[in-house]
Amino acid sequence: MGLTITEKILKDHCDDKKASAGDFILARIDKCLANDITAPIAISVFDKIMEGTKKAVFDAKKIILTPDHFTPNKDVASAEQCKILRKFAQEYKIVNYFEIGRVGIEHCLIPEQGLVLPGEVFIGADSHTCTYGALGAFSTGVGSTDLGVSMALGQCWLKIPETIKIVYSGKLNKWVSGKDLILYTIAQIGVDGAIYKAIEFTGKVIENLSMANRFTMCNMAIEAGAKNGIIVPDKITKEYLQNIRHFNYKTYENDKDADYFDEIEFNCSFIEPQVAFPHSPDNAKPISEVDAIKIEIDQAVIGSCTNGRLEDLITAAKILKNQKIKSNVRCIIIPGTQKIYLDALKMGLIEIFIDAGAVVSTPTCGPCLGGHLGVLASNEVCVSTTNRNFVGRMGHKDSKIYLSNPAIAAISAIKGYITSPTYSLTK
Amino acid sequence: MKTLIGKVLKYNIKNLNTDLIIPARYLTKSDPNYLAEHCMEDLDSEFNKKKEKYNATILVADSNFGCGSSREQAPIALKAAGIKCVIAPSFARIFFRNAINIGLTILEFKEINALNTGDALEINFKDGIVKNLTSNRKYKVKKMPLFLQEIISAEGLLNFARNKILKK
Ligand code: SF4
Repeated sequence: MGLTITEKILKDHCDDKKASAGDFILARIDKCLANDITAPIAISVFDKIMEGTKKAVFDAKKIILTPDHFTPNKDVASAEQCKILRKFAQEYKIVNYFEIGRVGIEHCLIPEQGLVLPGEVFIGADSHTCTYGALGAFSTGVGSTDLGVSMALGQCWLKIPETIKIVYSGKLNKWVSGKDLILYTIAQIGVDGAIYKAIEFTGKVIENLSMANRFTMCNMAIEAGAKNGIIVPDKITKEYLQNIRHFNYKTYENDKDADYFDEIEFNCSFIEPQVAFPHSPDNAKPISEVDAIKIEIDQAVIGSCTNGRLEDLITAAKILKNQKIKSNVRCIIIPGTQKIYLDALKMGLIEIFIDAGAVVSTPTCGPCLGGHLGVLASNEVCVSTTNRNFVGRMGHKDSKIYLSNPAIAAISAIKGYITSPTYSLTK
Repeated sequence: MKTLIGKVLKYNIKNLNTDLIIPARYLTKSDPNYLAEHCMEDLDSEFNKKKEKYNATILVADSNFGCGSSREQAPIALKAAGIKCVIAPSFARIFFRNAINIGLTILEFKEINALNTGDALEINFKDGIVKNLTSNRKYKVKKMPLFLQEIISAEGLLNFARNKILKK
């Protein structure tokens, strides 16, 4: 019986030559990642493992530290957390430690820096590490203990997941993006629809989808409970890697007779832009239904590891150009990395945003997890391009988050209620 | 890994989440005994009493056990409460990892209908056999790979890693 891309990558990273889906393996990892929330615990685990020995990390080039959640530090506690990372990075000469001013939201930054490549096994102490499956890597989120151990051993135990194949056929409608496809998918299969499983995104629509949209889709695989999302590398992957000057990597494909746990097909011709209602990402409704009930908003957030890439900002700028944000709405725009920020600046996007009355923040997770720079008060309503709309995720437990793509968030900021450019853009 | 003999306490509940296992309001302290005192209290305020009454060390529940937040305190609370093994048809992924990583045994077992509160079980992890001594029935489960047994025997991933480093 044939193997899927996920099974093949994992099999090549362990000693068990017979390993297949469902088996537990001790995998050799290519890279590992922690941030300002998870690294301090991982580091204390690492210290305990190493107590009284000749301390060393398994490979100083393969550990990545990104202080991105509460930075630039919002208070003393977060400053102390970051100090732990900084000290560790100095002590162990961690090559890929990103200081403030160079750091960005981890899942935007790491692919941009070429720190993850097709065929690699990448683990991160952050649930959205699954983002890098878009490049044909196996990447998944783990706990801080796992990460501390990985920093010591360069190994991580994993269960090889079975794969659910999702085929996207048909044609994309106007204003429908990777975000809408993944929200639609999660609504169909549920937040537990892919527990333990790999989701492989495939089909004509995916073949023509940009890398930014592919990252968005793999990013939210976890929201369906999946262990990893993955897309087999193709021409678009290659071009992306060429642009960041990476040519040497190993790509994997599915065997022709690969064995899938399940196969699902969605015809994209019937998919409208989606909006996920509070308080679960699988609560998506098509925009036509949402527009009809005129949900008023207090805030719109465009950013995060889901939708903070240049392409997302370009989309938002198209809509915000020569428009004004509604007077009682706050619009917060957060470029994912310093490079994205700078590119947006050079392209004139930042000017468009500020002219429209939006605030542009330095790259950070910020409001996405209710950290800072846009926390909600009680009963406030936000439309957001982030990935989670759980109770209290962006601030007060009685606030509400609606998840959408950047176009919907931008036009809603102008109109003051959740709507689509299809209905509201008079250009 | 040794064979486990113990009695069952069962909750016929799907999606038993980590907030039910240990409510967030108790996460300010990390003392395992404190966590154990409040373990499962929002689900069943009698949890600790029942556990004593049946002398139970094996917790059985329905599918997707441990879903919700990734808090490692959930398996820590169960372990400190004296639970030696959790049995469910399926586990939420991060709970599964956290449990192994802190040295709490968990077992995927589909036929939880065959297990009831008060039943005595004998679980042989090495060969993958669950015996219900009360109903006198035997079931096969997937064998646990050696390194996972080693992790649990070492009382968790940290010690497992330390043993490896010390051996180097
Ligand atoms: S942007 Fe949000 S989801 Fe992404 S890493 Fe930051 S906090 Fe997590």
